Amino acid sequence: MLRYVVRRLMWAVPILVGISLISFLMIHMAPGGPISVGTDLNPKATAETRARLEAYYGLDQPIHVQYWRWLSRMARLDFGASFSPDGRPVAEKIRERIPITLTINVLSMGLIFLVAIPLGVYSAVRKGSLFDRISTVTVFTGFSIPTFWLALLLMILFGVKLRWLPISGIASLDYGSLGAMGKLADRARHLLLPVLLAGFTGLAGMSRYMRSNMLEVIRQDYIASARAKGLPERKVVFRHAMRNAVLPVITILGLSVPDLLGGSVIFETIFSIPGMGQLFYQGVMSRDYPLIMGILTIGAFLTLIGNLLADVGYALADPRIRPE
Amino acid sequence: MNGSEGIWRDFLRRLLRNPLAVAGGAVILFLFLVAAFPHLFTSQNPDRIDVASILRPPSAAHPLGTDDLGRDVLARMVYGARVSLKVGFIAVGIATVIGLVIGLLAGFHGGRVDAVLMRFVDIMLCFPTFFLILAAIAFLSPSIVIIMAVIGLTGWMGVARLVRAETLSLKERDFVAAARAQGAGTARIVFRHILPNALAPILVAATLGVAGAILTESALSFLGIGVQPPTPSWGNILTTGKNYIAFAWWLSLFPGLAILFTVLGYNLLGEGIRDAVDPRLKGR
Repeated sequence: MLRYVVRRLMWAVPILVGISLISFLMIHMAPGGPISVGTDLNPKATAETRARLEAYYGLDQPIHVQYWRWLSRMARLDFGASFSPDGRPVAEKIRERIPITLTINVLSMGLIFLVAIPLGVYSAVRKGSLFDRISTVTVFTGFSIPTFWLALLLMILFGVKLRWLPISGIASLDYGSLGAMGKLADRARHLLLPVLLAGFTGLAGMSRYMRSNMLEVIRQDYIASARAKGLPERKVVFRHAMRNAVLPVITILGLSVPDLLGGSVIFETIFSIPGMGQLFYQGVMSRDYPLIMGILTIGAFLTLIGNLLADVGYALADPRIRPE
Repeated sequence: MNGSEGIWRDFLRRLLRNPLAVAGGAVILFLFLVAAFPHLFTSQNPDRIDVASILRPPSAAHPLGTDDLGRDVLARMVYGARVSLKVGFIAVGIATVIGLVIGLLAGFHGGRVDAVLMRFVDIMLCFPTFFLILAAIAFLSPSIVIIMAVIGLTGWMGVARLVRAETLSLKERDFVAAARAQGAGTARIVFRHILPNALAPILVAATLGVAGAILTESALSFLGIGVQPPTPSWGNILTTGKNYIAFAWWLSLFPGLAILFTVLGYNLLGEGIRDAVDPRLKGR
């Protein structure tokens, strides 16, 4: 098992290099650039100023030289400095933003697990029943609804009309003066809507997957024999069928990392949450190349780690699956 | 030929027995009608600005109200249906063609070609796709062509994996060996024997893909880089609605519902097709 993990980690290096190369080419070959964002509307900016800025950021070099410089810096885990006026290290900016994005995603993932597994099991057992139909339509509604639209409706309802929940940010104005429990409660109130929303819109994948696994397992011979020896149906469903059906769900975890990260752009923009999605959006709009490259690389890295954890977890949980 | 007709009739019968899939299909059929004959659903010009009636609530003259420039919302939604369909179908068309070519090449040739192509798929799957779409469209300036191309170019990996898996298993089957023994060339084997058998899962993936593409366009609109006005799209009507949500509810409610029902329709239809082509899971 250890050898397998080491091999997978070594394999991650060429994948990351491939991803960074594609991103780098796409970003740098697109028309326009960070210099024109700042100077196009500025009548005082002469061609000379532009050239100086380009040289300052190293953008005057041929693209392969620029990429090589970036890559050799990355090899030393140096993400470079942001192009934004504050010029702070990209690594620092990302490190500030990552915890809140991960918190929201982990919480909503937990919520999805808690709801999707029983929902999928029950839908499969009562396939075609009214419950199955209603839960199918409900999870597909979550999957089909424009996230920001639902977010707006909920903000209007709970934030503006009922005034139950704050509508933006992650802390109240008096956050600093609250005690430890007060701080926790305040943070929870701010994160409640985003987490519920991410959970609802992400429910479909997991619960449908659980449902079809369950349908598949129920047809197996060992279920027939469990029934034949007279076990009560409850035991057959929860002991024999569910345990086997839930295992492959672990693999979905790893695969959903890119979707969760992508969704965070929308959530964080609409709820003004200072996370990685919002940072990426700002970076794209101001063409902050080092920042964009840093976030894409980190995102890909998180995805690779997610996939690895999922595969290892699956192998540990199911003795039939052993990596060669 | 008769045998395959029977299979399709069976498939249709199973699909029509599924009420959710039928409802989804009906929504999409209706949408096609709207997109094909917009003048039957509205007599108004979607681009006519009327400063005398800005942000009017629904009335007899404007059944779904007017927007911030006094344009008729119903007319903009009717013509916006075309944009949504176009984005969905062309983006998914691009993704399906790329996925088919890569999947067939990898599955049919195997060996080194397969290894290289699948590593490329692995790399593409590790991208946080929405980040990539966002960056690409923001840099290349948002136009409907760019949006369709970028969504298509970042969404083919699922189809590629699926086609590869189908090809790998189909090419070992007896009927393919029989065709080869009779002297069928690669092209004939691929187009006559492998593709038709791999059609069903591709159809499911494509149906679900259209739903995803429409949602992605609306999310891009929300961030200001979707289909740009004055071209009406549901996403950009909704985005205008967002700015006036406190006092012009109709401007966000109707386009939001239109997106929801359309995407839901595609998803339910896709799921219905999956069930109908996989009779193992049905009839219990």
